[in-house]
Amino acid sequence: MKKLKHMLGNAYLALVFVFLYAPIVTLIVYSFNEGRGRKWQGFSGRWYEELFHSAQIGDAVSNTLTIALLSALIATVIGVISCLGLQALRGKARNVYLALNNIPLLNSDLVTGLSLMLAFIAVGVTFGYSTVLLAHISFNVPYVIMNVMPRLRQMNQSTYEAALDLGARPVQAFFKVLVPEIMPGVISGFLMAFTMSLDDFIITHFTKGPGINTISTLIYSEIRRGIKPSMNALSTIMFISAIILLVLTNISPKGSKTEVKYI
Amino acid sequence: MKRNVIFAAFLIAALSIVVMAACGGSGNKQENNVLKVYNWGDYIDEELIGEFEEETGIKVIYDTFSTNEEMYPRIEADSSLYDVVCPSEYMVKKMMENDLLMPLDWSKLSNKDNLNQTYMKILSDFIDPDNKYMVPYCWGTVGILYNTKLVDDVVDSWDILWDEKYSGSILMQDSVRDAFMVAEKKLGYSLNTTDPGELEECMELLKAQYPLVKAYVIDEVRDKMIAGDAALGVIYSGEYLYSKNENPDLAYAIPKEGTNVWYDGWVITKNSKNADAAHKWIDFMLRADVAARNFDYITYPTPNKAAEEFIDKDILSDPAVFPDDKIISEKCEMYLYLGKDAENEYYELWKKVK
Amino acid sequence: MNKRKLLSLPYLIWMIGFTVIPLLMILWYGFQGKNGGFTLEHILAIGRPEHLGPLLVSLLLSVICTVVCLLIAYPLALILRKAGLKRSSFVIFIFILPMWMNFLLRTYAWLNLLDDGGLVYVFLQKLGYKGNIVGTYGAILLGMVYNYLPFMVLPLYNAMTKIDDNTLNAARDLGANERQVNFRVIMPLTFPGIVSGVTMVFVPSLTTFVVSDLLGGRKIFLIGNIIEQEFSTASNWNLGAGLSFVLMIFILLSMAVLNHYDTLGEEDDG
Repeated sequence: MKKLKHMLGNAYLALVFVFLYAPIVTLIVYSFNEGRGRKWQGFSGRWYEELFHSAQIGDAVSNTLTIALLSALIATVIGVISCLGLQALRGKARNVYLALNNIPLLNSDLVTGLSLMLAFIAVGVTFGYSTVLLAHISFNVPYVIMNVMPRLRQMNQSTYEAALDLGARPVQAFFKVLVPEIMPGVISGFLMAFTMSLDDFIITHFTKGPGINTISTLIYSEIRRGIKPSMNALSTIMFISAIILLVLTNISPKGSKTEVKYI
Repeated sequence: MKRNVIFAAFLIAALSIVVMAACGGSGNKQENNVLKVYNWGDYIDEELIGEFEEETGIKVIYDTFSTNEEMYPRIEADSSLYDVVCPSEYMVKKMMENDLLMPLDWSKLSNKDNLNQTYMKILSDFIDPDNKYMVPYCWGTVGILYNTKLVDDVVDSWDILWDEKYSGSILMQDSVRDAFMVAEKKLGYSLNTTDPGELEECMELLKAQYPLVKAYVIDEVRDKMIAGDAALGVIYSGEYLYSKNENPDLAYAIPKEGTNVWYDGWVITKNSKNADAAHKWIDFMLRADVAARNFDYITYPTPNKAAEEFIDKDILSDPAVFPDDKIISEKCEMYLYLGKDAENEYYELWKKVK
Repeated sequence: MNKRKLLSLPYLIWMIGFTVIPLLMILWYGFQGKNGGFTLEHILAIGRPEHLGPLLVSLLLSVICTVVCLLIAYPLALILRKAGLKRSSFVIFIFILPMWMNFLLRTYAWLNLLDDGGLVYVFLQKLGYKGNIVGTYGAILLGMVYNYLPFMVLPLYNAMTKIDDNTLNAARDLGANERQVNFRVIMPLTFPGIVSGVTMVFVPSLTTFVVSDLLGGRKIFLIGNIIEQEFSTASNWNLGAGLSFVLMIFILLSMAVLNHYDTLGEEDDG
């Protein structure tokens, strides 16, 4: 009986596994297809060649990475600073602050993207790299706060004050006592912000300017234009980079108590 | 601890990428001779962009749109976003009326005599009096591309797009004016009608067609027809030549009820930051050899008379690519700009179709 | 200690600039009439059939999508939990990985399978199915479930790993059978996970315009498509803003209801 159950469980896992990977495997296989269509016409690396020669895709990749990194970094700094301040707030002020912070988390990307676009237009900024970056920082900060705040709350307040009493300067106390304590939260907040920015399409779609593309917006316009085999090649490369990145960031020591936060 | 080390390494690598990219980025920005071009997707031989950059030393930022309606709000929001844009004639009119365009300085266009004056006159009569703003780039008709292996009937009327026999095998245009044009012409109305009764009738007709339609498409229509996925597709005449080369079973027909004849052309935006470069761009595209090479690539009919001597005679005599002047003048209409209210009316009705 | 409060100021200003004012802009456009006056026209426009239809379809699809995701993800998370795997284990890794693919590429992958000549299409044709797959509600639903499933798996799995083995063993010792353990112990304890999973799936599937754009053959308009088109092609920003305002209120209300159930669940545990 127990064995049967075990088998059923495994069969279920296998089924979901197939559902998750079938489309990705097809993409990878097609990326080596000589022809443009959906018929197999022989093995070829021409779409990879085309991919690497396209300046557009190169630009999009570098935009995506720099925006993700910059926005995650800046959001982390802003997030940590405001967490420190937030901890000192009490009562109503604190609730309002947290409610404001939660709006982008609860609201749909569509509304967030549109509202930012309207605001940028009202101020009269030229749409471009900087508007995308600002938008990304805005939706990233809440993720950082969400990750750092619980750490800060768990931490014993008196350790920091004890350090001050023992003669540490505030800066020293901050870096030597506080930072190590909240570091796991900061890291997972940063990573979450980074991935959110990497994967975002809708908000970028509404806040980007001429000639600026991220991978997502480029794929969108390419796919809408018809079958593009070089997109299959791009998928394959992104899938492999995702594996590498995940392996790198998740070989964590056993003692770590952070939750699985892959998003 | 190990996690922290990996994280630090990751951060350092990341930061260096950012710094490198920032340097690269600022390098681009320092070039002040930049021209921002906004054109339809897949509507130019991209090698020509490189040649233009080499010849003039102007850096081109090239961006694309897929419908006139998608392009317009961006320019309306900030007309300095791009220097040269390539809208269709009715959109040029709309941009003129909303003061988004800069008048051309024809003296800067040394190749202006290459243009076929017939078209200049048509544009001057209907759209752009005295040709102040628009330099035509391509022109053509809207018709039906069909697969002779999948269609046995004679294709000479829009009616075939309502034939139950081809249910699930019809591709319609996903652009408001083009979709309504088909219904308007089928019913014998003007494609510029603003009569609420007529429009309502067209909407009902398109709604009746909805279940037969495989998909509403823009640029994908070509690939799908080439692949043999659909029997009939509404398409711009310029796509025909390319499609036929890829799949010889395809044929193009201009329905007997008439259709839309359109002109796409270069215009310079009102607040262009580099009008000088914009003129150079237009002049470059007017060069006979450039226009001919571009035609070979995009296969959209060119209004460039001088370019014709570089083009294959068989193609010039193919009525699907270069239709008879008579057909054009008797059966075809241009889109006119109908004003904001009528435009909204079209769009509201279009939403009801889907 | 009081000086520390000041540290919260910069982000407060940021939030006003990048959250509050942008939302006010939506209000401003949404309530602005033709000649600049105040109007409710764009808000009430949601009641017109060409908007209400897509809204109801979106609602239906996103509810079905959420339920299907829950039905697939719950047993999955339960099996993974009971297998007693370590958090960083390879199996968990495998079920998270697809999520790291770009959202658009994931959708595009399905387009490859469902569109003419794709494997699923050819297979269904052989089985005797006639007609298109792309351009049907089924295709859109499939794309939604595929894209948002990980958002359901993760919170559920996280909630389950928090349950102490001893609690389960205690229940068993007290005579509960496996079914009772599942439904009377694990289920209530994972309720917060369910709520956050439901939130993370429901909101994006309700407002998506990408999945319907790519897998709907542009035959099917969801409310997301309507709003996106008002801005990008119809250039009727007032109407677009009005409709997005309604959508936003709708989302926030459903969040409030969900959170209400969330706290109810917690009370039950206690």
